[in-house]
Amino acid sequence: MTDSPEQVIRNVLADLPRHRGVVVDSPPGAGKSTLVVRAAAHIAATGEPLMIVAQTNEQVDDLVARICDKHPHLTVGRLSAGGYVPPLRMLELPGVRVGTRIQDLGDPDIVIATADKWAWIGERVWPWAIVDEAYQMRSDKLLRIAGLFERALFVGDPGQLDPFSIVDGDRWSGLSWDPLQSAVSVLLRHNPDLPVHRLPVSWRLPASAAPVVSQAFYPFTGFRSGTGPGDRWLELTTGGMGTVHDRALEEAARSGWALLELPNRHTVRTDGEAVQAVALLAERLLQRGAVAGSEQGERPVTAERIAVGAAHRDQVAAIRAAGLPPEITVDTANRLQGREYDVTIVLHPLSGRRDATAFHLESGRLCVLASRHRHACVVVARAGIAELLDAHPSAEPVQLGVPVKFPDGWEANQAVLEHLARHRV
Amino acid sequence: MSLLTSLARLRALDEKIAQPVATVRHCHLAERPMVFIPLKLSGEAAAPLAAMLGTDRGDPRLLVVPQPRNRDLRFAWAAELAGVLLPYVEGFLGATETVERRNADPYERTVDAPQIIVPNQGGVAFARLLGRSTRFRRPDGPYPVPESVPLLGRWLTYFAERAAYPGSSLMLAATDELGRHWASGQSSLEDANLAALMSWITTGPNDEAEDPLVWPPAGPATDPGFDAEVLAPAIDAGSPERVAEALRTQLEPTWRLMWQAIDLLAGLPEGASVAQRWEQDRGSFSGMAAHIAEGAPPQARRDGAVAAAAKLARMERAQAAYDVQRAYDDPLVMAEYRLSGEAFAGEVIETVPDNVEGEGRSRKLRPLVVIKTDDPVRLAPGTSLGTPQRRAQGAALVSADDGLVTVKITKGMGRGRTAAPGAVPEIGERVCYTSLTDDFQGSPALPEAEATPWTHGGPPQEYTPVDEDAQEEWS
Amino acid sequence: MTGLMREGDPVRRLEVLRGTTPPRPHDARAIAALAANPGCARRALMDGAGIDKDAAARHLGFPAPFGQSPFAITRGNAFEALVKADGCAELLRMLREVLGLPIAEVAYHDVENVGAHLRHAHTRALIDRAARDGQDAGTLYDHPLLSLGIAGHTAYLEPDVVAFQLGGRFHIVEIKSFAVIDGQADPSAVAGAARQAAVYVLALRAMLEELGHDPLMVSHDVVLVCPENFANRPVATLVDVRRQLAVLRRQLARMTTLDRLLDGLPDDLTFDLRPGEDGRPTRPVAELSDALRRTTARYAPDCLSTCDLCFFCRDEARQEGASDLLGRQVRDELGGVASVDEALGLADGTRDPAEGQEEIARLLRNAERLRRECLT
Repeated sequence: MTDSPEQVIRNVLADLPRHRGVVVDSPPGAGKSTLVVRAAAHIAATGEPLMIVAQTNEQVDDLVARICDKHPHLTVGRLSAGGYVPPLRMLELPGVRVGTRIQDLGDPDIVIATADKWAWIGERVWPWAIVDEAYQMRSDKLLRIAGLFERALFVGDPGQLDPFSIVDGDRWSGLSWDPLQSAVSVLLRHNPDLPVHRLPVSWRLPASAAPVVSQAFYPFTGFRSGTGPGDRWLELTTGGMGTVHDRALEEAARSGWALLELPNRHTVRTDGEAVQAVALLAERLLQRGAVAGSEQGERPVTAERIAVGAAHRDQVAAIRAAGLPPEITVDTANRLQGREYDVTIVLHPLSGRRDATAFHLESGRLCVLASRHRHACVVVARAGIAELLDAHPSAEPVQLGVPVKFPDGWEANQAVLEHLARHRV
Repeated sequence: MSLLTSLARLRALDEKIAQPVATVRHCHLAERPMVFIPLKLSGEAAAPLAAMLGTDRGDPRLLVVPQPRNRDLRFAWAAELAGVLLPYVEGFLGATETVERRNADPYERTVDAPQIIVPNQGGVAFARLLGRSTRFRRPDGPYPVPESVPLLGRWLTYFAERAAYPGSSLMLAATDELGRHWASGQSSLEDANLAALMSWITTGPNDEAEDPLVWPPAGPATDPGFDAEVLAPAIDAGSPERVAEALRTQLEPTWRLMWQAIDLLAGLPEGASVAQRWEQDRGSFSGMAAHIAEGAPPQARRDGAVAAAAKLARMERAQAAYDVQRAYDDPLVMAEYRLSGEAFAGEVIETVPDNVEGEGRSRKLRPLVVIKTDDPVRLAPGTSLGTPQRRAQGAALVSADDGLVTVKITKGMGRGRTAAPGAVPEIGERVCYTSLTDDFQGSPALPEAEATPWTHGGPPQEYTPVDEDAQEEWS
Repeated sequence: MTGLMREGDPVRRLEVLRGTTPPRPHDARAIAALAANPGCARRALMDGAGIDKDAAARHLGFPAPFGQSPFAITRGNAFEALVKADGCAELLRMLREVLGLPIAEVAYHDVENVGAHLRHAHTRALIDRAARDGQDAGTLYDHPLLSLGIAGHTAYLEPDVVAFQLGGRFHIVEIKSFAVIDGQADPSAVAGAARQAAVYVLALRAMLEELGHDPLMVSHDVVLVCPENFANRPVATLVDVRRQLAVLRRQLARMTTLDRLLDGLPDDLTFDLRPGEDGRPTRPVAELSDALRRTTARYAPDCLSTCDLCFFCRDEARQEGASDLLGRQVRDELGGVASVDEALGLADGTRDPAEGQEEIARLLRNAERLRRECLT
């Protein structure tokens, strides 16, 4: 029996003063931000200053907004680079100051910035830090900022994409401080006794998705959905015309998943037919007046609540060019990390390919694409992925002293494919 | 690799001759490069067997270990190698220039630097391992070696490190450089065979290039058939002459190919940024020489946490700069970005040289240029652009529709109320703009190694060479 | 048993494919290589039928480019001898380190002492005994003989050593003569060793299971023993082979689905080399070559380092003008265009795109336009 989410959070907070570092693994939508906000308030309540590290400006802004919303009495300093333009809503928040230097911020309870910005700060040590999205942070970034804090809470999702580099880093493989490993891997290799907690419940993923994502991408740790099978529903308020696109949307509305399978063919990456199918699905979803119902109430699935995901930038550009409303997010897996929508439409990374590369098989890529939705996920793919996986040669090089990462991309892809096959239209 | 290169490969396969994938040379070629072809004993990590090397194509030096299992002979070979390489390397230390630096003391930089050219990546790896196996040796103590051997080890380590540094030309692998400039009609895997790649570039494909009896492998591994039928009997016969002659037959064909490869590369005009990268190579080389002169210890076995992060940052920076510079120097490389929609080229059909934005004090000159292009533009309005035609200039995309692209010049057009002469392209001029720009801001500092934080294992133990390193077996 | 003899039965069909050529036993290396190019039907059939691909390639006039230097062989043997000298004394030292063997006294069994024909049965008996009452002492088994069923045949496998640890866990020991230098080794060599060791892990697990023991008594961490740095002194490293085990299970399961491939073939098709009295193939080369061409190969340049038939298939790809010659990545970039002529025709505009080729045609034409512009 696993602990309740509340119990896990209490365990985490109780561990904070006992250890130099505490790690919290958070599967998709498991309340990572909620935990960060709570831990921030908890630490601030002790009267000791706190620094928060996130990876992107959007993440930082989002955290600032959440902290101010939940704990309006706290003062927050938002440290930024020179060219950063704060969103208007942030300037309106009481208790928030924005500046490029620590001195500009007064003496707030919490100072928050991206890891890149923190790397330029020196000559002060915070008793506490919270590092958000720590699995997406490369360990060399942590090396630059670890001197700024005495103790830290590291929070992140181990199932998403690993950090990478444009240069070959084999020379450092096997080293416990390999700069290309994630901040958490390096931290734990040097400090194997630090406690690692796991948030056990995904509040984002519906009951239809949590078991699939959990088994495919978190085979050893697992998680469950916070909502039951009947708690989420998706309704298409206008009638369909029986096209495959309509039927795919209906299947997704009914079951939470749909696989729109196109005829088997090897294609270029920007497969026009697949791109068009993705665009049509998004358009039809809006036309059919989808309404999503959940524990948060009922709301229409507007363009802002829809995302389209793909593996490559040229695919994203091609989908964009297919004429979607600009409010629909279209992006690569890398950039969709940490985001949440009601419905996602995914161009399968292996669609139309003859061979898979390590890039296309990376489990984190599929995990991100398959775990952004609160209600339903529609996947567009050409038939033949099963054969591609079957014919895939296995000759990955093995580096000594590098812990094997699970799940294996092949196995994860196979698991998801098997599941999707049950929702094929 | 992009579709552009793939198309070149298809064309090569069809026309039975390699096709250019560059219009200029992207590496520096020294006036007097040192060609170095090492061979190692099969089954061993880095046991030297022979090397052919020199700066004069008519006068190669052949160094041979007549009995490769004899460790004294191996070290004698290393000393001989040092006797050739070290004078070559040190020969560049005499002539220097003083370089002024902002916020730092001026330093001395050599006006030229050595360049070692090996046949392939295997040659680089061998140099690295040979460097590793010799740099910790000592001229005194239980297993003394000639003084030059550890010094050779440090230099070889340095050159092999530099070979992994994007854009550096201090140590080149011939097959890599040829492959950067020509597309053969075979796979990149097969391009690692120097003889095969050279025949694609010069005469057309030839299966003999894969026949070890006609073209012995370019090393460092030897042909197993040669080992069994020629080398092993010669070694067993205990005749140094026979061994040397046998190895000469394996090295001479590659020696000729190497110089032919150099001629091919020399036939290309040098890219505009090559001199700038070579200047960095000279700076790095001077730094290494100063390091050795100051009596610093040999390079560590593996990088510490801080050293690794610092090196990674430098290499990433160099890779980014190298990619941008090659595209700016070479229209055929830029074409890759044009194909993917990250760059476009075309003719200027309209300009508004005195266009301004803003009012009063914030009034800024923003000349507009309209370009007609056949390229598929995939850039969003507002994207910052650069242009190879005016490298100091900055621009931004205003709109792109139906083959007409409007850009505004944002930087580098002069400070006056009107643009400086020549700053705004004329109607009819062919221009190219790209989102690929080299506007690196510098990277934040790393802690001192002594201050390595707890997350990365804390301060490392200081490395002091120990006897054990110097006595490491070399069997 | 009648089921096995029925017409069109896969096992029988495979025997027909092999004909009078003696089957080539699968060793661990060959089994590990099954995963190198699973999409290749030609290779799957030849491996399934137990055909000596090396001999076939030689006979066809396309000998494989793989040879081993006598120096490398000598070095490998010398290193293994050193590790195993004095009842594996060196090995024990290392095992104590990496596995935390707590005891000074470890028993040593050289299974080879019983004579070759009894080795498998003897190994089985020893392992059974160890698994049953293995709490008393650690034991090293040298020259054990394991077996694994491959497509209806039994393959006998000889791991370097099986170590049995006190904690009731078996560990496969793999001795390799490539060097580990400052903690790093050639990643493709390590991968090869890991794949091979995974075969032994699986075979030993199968044996334990047959004997009614828990197969998971065999650890997925294998002990890789290599020379350290530039010397002969061995160093042991644990290598986790769980991924390789998963791949291997997948490939072995695939071997049972060969009937799908056999279905499309003429009944009398055979790859028989027709060895003469001296064992040399007598079958006309053109005939064998035609027979092989009836099966579909999936050539990729990676085959050049993994498959004995690589030069034959490369030659075939050349004759067909297949873009496979240029590598998997190029082939994928070309979408569905398989032939060089077709791709160039689309690029030049001399060929109209077939249905579904419009996009790659547009891309190729664009690339061709750019190349022309830059090169003239």
